[in-house]
Amino acid sequence: MTKQIRQLDRVVIRFAGDSGDGMQLTGDRFTSETAQLGNDISTLPNFPAEIRAPAGTLPGVSSFQVHFADYDILTPGDAPNVLVAMNPAALKANLADLPRGADIIVNTDEFTRRNLAKVGYQANPLDDDSLTGYVVHPVALTSMTVGALAEHDVSKKDAERAKNMFALGLLSWMYSRPYESTLRFLERKFAARPELVAANVAAFKAGWNFGETTEDFAVRYEVKPAKMQPGTYRNITGNAALSLGLVAAGVRSGLPVFLGAYPITPASDILHELSKHKRFGVLTMQAEDEIAAVGAALGASYGGSLGVTTTSGPGVALKSETISLAVALELPLVIVDVQRAGPSTGMPTKTEQADLNMALYGRHGEAPVAVIAPKSPADCFHAALEAARIALTYRTPVILLSDNYVANGSEPWLLPDVASLPDLRVEFASRPNSEDGTTFLPYLRDPETLARPWAIPGTPGLEHRIGGLEKADKTGDISYDPANHDFMVRTRATRIETIPVPDIEVEDPDGDARVLVLGWGSTYGPIGAACRGLRQRGLAIAQAHLRHLAPMPANLGTVLRGYDRVVIPEMNLGQLAHVVRARYLVDAIGYNQVRGLPFTAAELETMLEEVLKNV
Amino acid sequence: MSEPVALKLTAKDFKSDQEVRWCPGCGDYAILAAVQQFMPELNIPRERIVFVSGIGCSSRFPYYMNTYGMHSIHGRAPAIATGLSASRPDLSVWVVTGDGDALSIGGNHLIHALRRNVNLKILLFNNRIYGLTKGQYSPTSEIGKVTKSTPVGSADAPFNPLSLALGAEATFVARTIDSDRKHLQSVLRAAAEHQGSAFVEIYQNCNIFNDGAFDQLKEPATRDDFLIRLEHGQPITFGKDGQFCVVHPPGGFGLEVRETATTRPEEIVVHDATVSDPAYAFALSRLPGLDLRNTPIGVFRSVDRPSYDSVVQGQLDAARAKVTETPEQQLAALLNSGDTWTIL
Repeated sequence: MTKQIRQLDRVVIRFAGDSGDGMQLTGDRFTSETAQLGNDISTLPNFPAEIRAPAGTLPGVSSFQVHFADYDILTPGDAPNVLVAMNPAALKANLADLPRGADIIVNTDEFTRRNLAKVGYQANPLDDDSLTGYVVHPVALTSMTVGALAEHDVSKKDAERAKNMFALGLLSWMYSRPYESTLRFLERKFAARPELVAANVAAFKAGWNFGETTEDFAVRYEVKPAKMQPGTYRNITGNAALSLGLVAAGVRSGLPVFLGAYPITPASDILHELSKHKRFGVLTMQAEDEIAAVGAALGASYGGSLGVTTTSGPGVALKSETISLAVALELPLVIVDVQRAGPSTGMPTKTEQADLNMALYGRHGEAPVAVIAPKSPADCFHAALEAARIALTYRTPVILLSDNYVANGSEPWLLPDVASLPDLRVEFASRPNSEDGTTFLPYLRDPETLARPWAIPGTPGLEHRIGGLEKADKTGDISYDPANHDFMVRTRATRIETIPVPDIEVEDPDGDARVLVLGWGSTYGPIGAACRGLRQRGLAIAQAHLRHLAPMPANLGTVLRGYDRVVIPEMNLGQLAHVVRARYLVDAIGYNQVRGLPFTAAELETMLEEVLKNV
Repeated sequence: MSEPVALKLTAKDFKSDQEVRWCPGCGDYAILAAVQQFMPELNIPRERIVFVSGIGCSSRFPYYMNTYGMHSIHGRAPAIATGLSASRPDLSVWVVTGDGDALSIGGNHLIHALRRNVNLKILLFNNRIYGLTKGQYSPTSEIGKVTKSTPVGSADAPFNPLSLALGAEATFVARTIDSDRKHLQSVLRAAAEHQGSAFVEIYQNCNIFNDGAFDQLKEPATRDDFLIRLEHGQPITFGKDGQFCVVHPPGGFGLEVRETATTRPEEIVVHDATVSDPAYAFALSRLPGLDLRNTPIGVFRSVDRPSYDSVVQGQLDAARAKVTETPEQQLAALLNSGDTWTIL
């Protein structure tokens, strides 16, 4: 039978199943196929902290959402058009997010009385009328996969495990995805076990062929490639982009990169990634604790490396004392905080932006540092380079505030030309710098950057001692002089405050907006999508997004005062809004949520529309 | 390889221009002088020597050495020095710490530096008291110690620093005393020659808050009967007239002190610092009693194991050995790896 082909401009698919069902991998492969086709993409994985929560339970549900379109998109999508539910728990956990009319593909084999009872279903929702209003496609995924692999030399368990490839094959058929990259991927993944390559490829093809032959799926969809800037792309997560940015910072500075890290969700992937790049001279050390991780990074910086430590909020808290030492020593140090929901262990695999106060203020004494935040997964690459630039140029700790949403989300990344990346070369001190040229003054500053010389051990004639005790201006000798301390505290503050950062840009296409939405970090996508939605309906709204949180752009006050209302959506209880109100005396309105999930564009659009009505 | 050029440095070259600010009579002065006098022996240019310390009286040490130096934060010197040593194997990195710094707030970093065998020379000045904070008991203070924070006596059992280091399988473990410059320097020499972590406990007198803590080991009347001077390859005997010896009683776990006169010579333990099982050195570390009787000094253990910096730098070298492209070319290839697509 000939299937009807329908064109769509965008689709959101959510793959959901048990933690052990391989949903992250399935989503990842579908994303890669979609990228090959040239759609714009944004993804959102959502998984429990438990490695294997009890099978079939609600806490064990793991999902991966992918949004793809024939135009440029900013978010992984508010609501799925398609839900793939591998078991009753996955259906129950995700149904509330589905708009009426959405497609639901369910693995009927898992809808047993026992599995239904596990998640509190009194009756099978596939049999009663509870799913009226949705387009339900019951598919016996497990048994069909096992059937398709009957002739294969694999165990029943391995055959069952290939059901995610059956589902991927079906979805790939449904949305006309090119699957060559998936076949190549399977060959690489199971290189050591050819029988598993064959089985998974067979399961994938069985899923594809099932779509083609069954009458249940009467329509096949196409989403045309998006108009994107010419160039070479790859799909990348924030953590991967951030890691590559640090490697690039090493290459562009000519310095070895030293990463000290302690495993912590959701930052560990950066440690894993950087440990693969030894040929770039990247030295990674899994330290005994968070304190040692930053201490070792600082020790390496003292020796002339680009010292980096990567962690999440609880780790930053432990590193606080060492970051203050780095402030006093005036050495380069990059601290990456991939934020997660807190306080304490909180929700380790869920996102939040509640470490801004800690990044800005969470140290003893007057201990200013530079703070920057990436706005999207691919932007993590450039943010890492910018963090390294500031750290190296101004000899200061820089806190890079990523979060779980950008760290694990992905989007297409236009690969930069290496030669176009910033030049981060630094000059180590090599000779005495006193006026008469006889002595070395470790705290004699560059008049422009206020940075002190970086004199690394091994340099003859520059032997000197530094430490946490207050230092006399210029000489660096221990000093308890009141006027000197006051001067040094103010100088350290000025040094950060005067770092030149680009002016903030405002997006206001018609130039007549009276309301400005100000955001920072990972809220860029949902805010941007909400603003587009409003503009498409003829409403004027301006958007500005902060990358530099310390120091802030010089024009920020003027920009903010140019609008009747400033709205600041944040995944915290108003931390940036607090700073903005204090610094600029602007009566900003906060819009705050701490649900462990990114904002949806729709809720922001609704909220902003209310604000617009009342201006 | 050509013979290294003699640098002809003297103790004076290692004195910084900073005024030394320990209390008059502090044991730290003697250690500083001994270290400064010993340093020229290393024949390492001053710029390649780094002293890293934590917090406490002893941790002021780097300010007084005319080398590179960092006075860091409480307990963290081994962690900071690990980053420096791992990334700069060309340097000679020394950590100066105290009993509170190394064994209390920084205990974790100490044991992990030792288990990794980071190429650090760790000098622990043990005065069994908190000096800089004015007299609280420390993790090496004897149980029942009356101090400002323990008016009716400390309830804590103390750490034996050498037992702790040996438990972490430190490859070099030694003990010496502030007042015995010759012995102190002999231990420094052995520590400096060791590739990997060298842990040296130095008994140091705090004449303000814990004066006389080690007097039995210093007074001419008692010291010979209290101290066991370990010498590699020599039978372990001690006492004014060699009247005591160390034996390993059959069936026992540890070592014991006996009268030499009533012991058959072949029963006397011959000291061997190179025994790979740390249990032997551990048994030595358990000999002293509460009154410091039977305190061994010298090198307890000195075994070979690849140092951390050599292992991690070896991994980097192996990865770089295959590289023929420039770093920029490598980076371009890395960025373009994985599934890419091109839009024209």
